[in-house]
This record gives sequence, C-alpha cells and structure tokens, in this order.
Amino acid sequence: MEKNANAAMLSNYEVFKLLTDLKEQRKDSGKNKHSAGQQNLNTIMYETLKYLSKMPCSRQSPDIVKDFLTTMMPHKLTKAEKLQLLNHRPQTAVEIQLMVEESEERLSEEQIEELIQTVADALPGDPEQENAAPADAEMEEANEQP
Amino acid sequence: MFVLVEMVDTVRIPPWNFQRQLNDAIAEELNKKLANKVVYNVGLCICLYDITKLDDSYIFPGDGASHTKVHFRYVVFHPFLDEILVGKIKYCSQEGVHVTMGFFDDILIPPESLQQPAKFDEAEQVWLWEYETDEGAHDLYMDQGEEIRFRVTDEVFVDTSPTGPAAAATDTPAQPGQSTAPPAEGSGEKKEPPYTLIGTICEPGLGLLSWWNN
Repeated sequence: MEKNANAAMLSNYEVFKLLTDLKEQRKDSGKNKHSAGQQNLNTIMYETLKYLSKMPCSRQSPDIVKDFLTTMMPHKLTKAEKLQLLNHRPQTAVEIQLMVEESEERLSEEQIEELIQTVADALPGDPEQENAAPADAEMEEANEQP
Repeated sequence: MFVLVEMVDTVRIPPWNFQRQLNDAIAEELNKKLANKVVYNVGLCICLYDITKLDDSYIFPGDGASHTKVHFRYVVFHPFLDEILVGKIKYCSQEGVHVTMGFFDDILIPPESLQQPAKFDEAEQVWLWEYETDEGAHDLYMDQGEEIRFRVTDEVFVDTSPTGPAAAATDTPAQPGQSTAPPAEGSGEKKEPPYTLIGTICEPGLGLLSWWNN
C-alpha cells in the first residue's frame, strides 16, 4: 500500500462534520452497520465524535472558519498556529503563549489581548461557560451596542 | 490533530457484493480494513475522506472477486510535534501519567516531564505537583478523569506485524489503536501498543485545566 503521509492538515471541525455526515448516512443503511467488520468503524466514529463534540469545533461552521482565517491574516501566524487557535479557542494569554511559538518576541502584550478578543469574537464559545461569566462583562457589551 | 493521508491500495470486492454501487462497496471495504487501526509510521486511521481515482477492475483466474486499484484519502489521527492536546487522565503509575482521548489511549507523560517538583503518592497511586507559594506548599493531585492539557514531544511507532520465518516487509495495518476492549488477559506476553505519544506538561498553562482556570 503506497501512501503520502502528509497530504493535508484537517481542522477538528472538518473531521467533526465528516463523521456527523457519515453517521447520518449510516443510520439509513439499516442492518449493514452491525456486521463484525463494521464494528471498528462504529467504535472509532463513536469515540471521536464524543471527544470532538466537547471541543469548540462542534459550534463552528465553514463560514466561521473562513472568517476566522481572514481575520487572522494580519497577525502573521503560521498554519499550525492558526490551526491550534481554531481547534482550542484559547481564552487566556497563557494558552496563546503555548500555541504561538516565541510569542514574547513576536507579539506585544496588547497584541496578545487583541488576539484573545479576536478569537473570542470570531469563534462561538460554550454557552454554559458564557452564562457563568461575571455580570459586568455582559454590561460592557450592552454599553457597546449602538 | 488530524491529517489527510493519500493512499493507494487494491480492494477486493467479492461477487455477492457486485449488485452494490462500486464506490459504496469500495468505501465499506476500505473502512473495514483501516478504521480504528494504526498504520506504521502514519498514525491511527479514523475514516475514509474520499476516493480520488478508481482504476479498472480486474478478475483473476481462480478467484471470482473483482480487484480494483483505488487512490483515496483517509483521515488519520497524527498530531504534529509540539502540538497542544487536551485529554483525560486514565491512571497514574511509576512510569508516569497515562492520558486518554477516548478514541486514542496510549499517551504517556513521563515523570521528568511533569510540573516540577512532582511526587508519586504510593498509597493512592497518583502523581502530584508540590506547588510552592508564599503561603506554603500545596499538593495538587492528578486524579483520574481530570482533563489535562499537554504538549506532544515524541511519538513511537512499533511494527507489530507478525514476524514469520520469512520476515515479509509488507505494511499490514497493526492491531486496533485504542483499547476500550479489555487488554489481552493472561497471555503472559506484554503487547506493545503500535503507536504511543509522549507528552510534557512542564510549561506554564499545561497540566490539569483546573490549575489554570480562574
């Protein structure tokens, strides 16, 4: 079996979408999926979907990903860095420093704050987590609305 | 975390599946062969992404099935070096902290890569971080089931193909990559996982999520 081991990197969202669509398709196929040969596929699909549904990718869409990448262009990050930001949706400076190499040299503190804000705006967050956020954060947003 | 791998392989369709659409029959065979299996030096295969090219199908003498050379792309779990991942602690042992991601289990964080100073509590079989502040030392326990953020520092592929007398050099897929099924009991031999990730949490921001969330 020949292979080209690194044709492309996939974001968590793309894999999540692929597996969700595959699951829909297989629901209609009926008894086929319970045969011994299909068990491996069922197991890996179930576990991977379980993992991905708890990550930010479950709340993303192709437009969100496209807009996110466009907004990220001026920051001059590598592909791997943008991918990690997209997959993890970091909310603190410490997380950004983990994902962006040599962030102390490439980004000032303001730029890091800006990056956190862009990520929070471009990518939808966990609704449960956001409801627990302090009331003054919501008040700030209300003040900004025209 | 996931990559697309382009592969070429010959797929055998038995005659009783001839009534199905060729693409569907081939997709099913490929998933049967590769899903949830580790391919040596490639990673843990998840599922088929698409079929890019189908060559002509041939029937060989003595075998009623059709053989088709297929060019396809497969979704593979293969984190790159230094990637940040989030998993759950499976258990702790002298070898370090074992982390699982549900679909992939063989992740180890060795003792030297834990937040220092670290100590192993024999009684509870758990690693802990002796965190010093001005107020004194806090012992932060790394309990089972806790979510943990780590960085990938190394990967180890082991070729688990059976070694026959004429050790053939074919890349057959190895055993299933994740072990939710009970491990081989009582066989006495230690089975090496075909694909292991080594991680580190020795950096600010890494370790249990609860340590860094305000």
